[in-house]
Amino acid sequence: MMRRLLLLLPFLVFLGLAFFLYRGLSLDPSARESALIGQAFPAFTLPTLEDPYTEVDESLLRGQMSLVNVWASWCPTCKEEMPQLLALSERGIQMVGINYKDTRDLGRQFLEEFGKPFEVNIFDPAGDLGFELGVYGVPETFLVDANGIVRYKHVGYITPAQVDEVMAEVEKWR
Amino acid sequence: MALTLKIRCCVVIVLLMASFQSMADTAIDARHFEDPVMAERYRDLTASLRCPKCDAQAIDSSDSPVAADMRERVALMLHEGRADKEILDFMANRFGEFVLYNPRLDGRTWLLWALPAALVAGGALVVIAFVRARRHRRVRPLSEEERTRLSSLIHRHRERSE
Repeated sequence: MMRRLLLLLPFLVFLGLAFFLYRGLSLDPSARESALIGQAFPAFTLPTLEDPYTEVDESLLRGQMSLVNVWASWCPTCKEEMPQLLALSERGIQMVGINYKDTRDLGRQFLEEFGKPFEVNIFDPAGDLGFELGVYGVPETFLVDANGIVRYKHVGYITPAQVDEVMAEVEKWR
Repeated sequence: MALTLKIRCCVVIVLLMASFQSMADTAIDARHFEDPVMAERYRDLTASLRCPKCDAQAIDSSDSPVAADMRERVALMLHEGRADKEILDFMANRFGEFVLYNPRLDGRTWLLWALPAALVAGGALVVIAFVRARRHRRVRPLSEEERTRLSSLIHRHRERSE
């Protein structure tokens, strides 16, 4: 009897492997978990894109819920994302932009051309804040709650169909 | 003649590939360290950190901008005198566990680390069981009856084959 069961062992191993491989088929290989979920938004002190003499820090993200979008004028999908960000800006949430590894002129020009969903833009030409946030592909969007805790992260551009998905997260953490 | 030509072609191709490879290496890893130990640590660290933008590439061989930023930060932290573990934790805290080619041992990764050890232990048990079973197998001499039957069989076989 024991021998019989042993003969079944390779088949069971096969079933186990098949299960994991089959599951792997439907996983997104470019999906990454974010290390920042549940953590405080990193501390920073940076000027705004609008005015080089005005500095903002992480206290900007306290007291109300914010959607922080990392964008750049050299990023083609950021242009595609602007209409969705404009739509989100009308849903009662503070919109903050991080102008990432960009120049002031090009950044401002971009906003003139594609719309201004942001109440304020943090100017991060060296990408230091981006690095603290673990940004590896622009655009990326972070949902930060009223206590300054990162609650949700969206990598890549928010498609029109994903606006509701983002809004659901906003309502969840409001 | 044709054979030597083929061999020559092969040698040329191999040499070309080797030179391209070294060109690629120097293009990406152009950082210079005074201290050879630090250079070695830099090489090890950049080889064990995975580029978050790429699917299966270490930051030492990736052209992506984020990999360049990470290499720069590794070099900077080495100059600051930080320990290897500190640097790896620093990266994992920002870019996630994904960037560590050697994931840290925690609640989610224990299976990853324990399974190979368990498999080796399991294999050892199977081998031990085999060896023991063999050692305990006794050789039993043939009984008189079996012996006569065997010799008659051999006899019959010989007769037939002759």
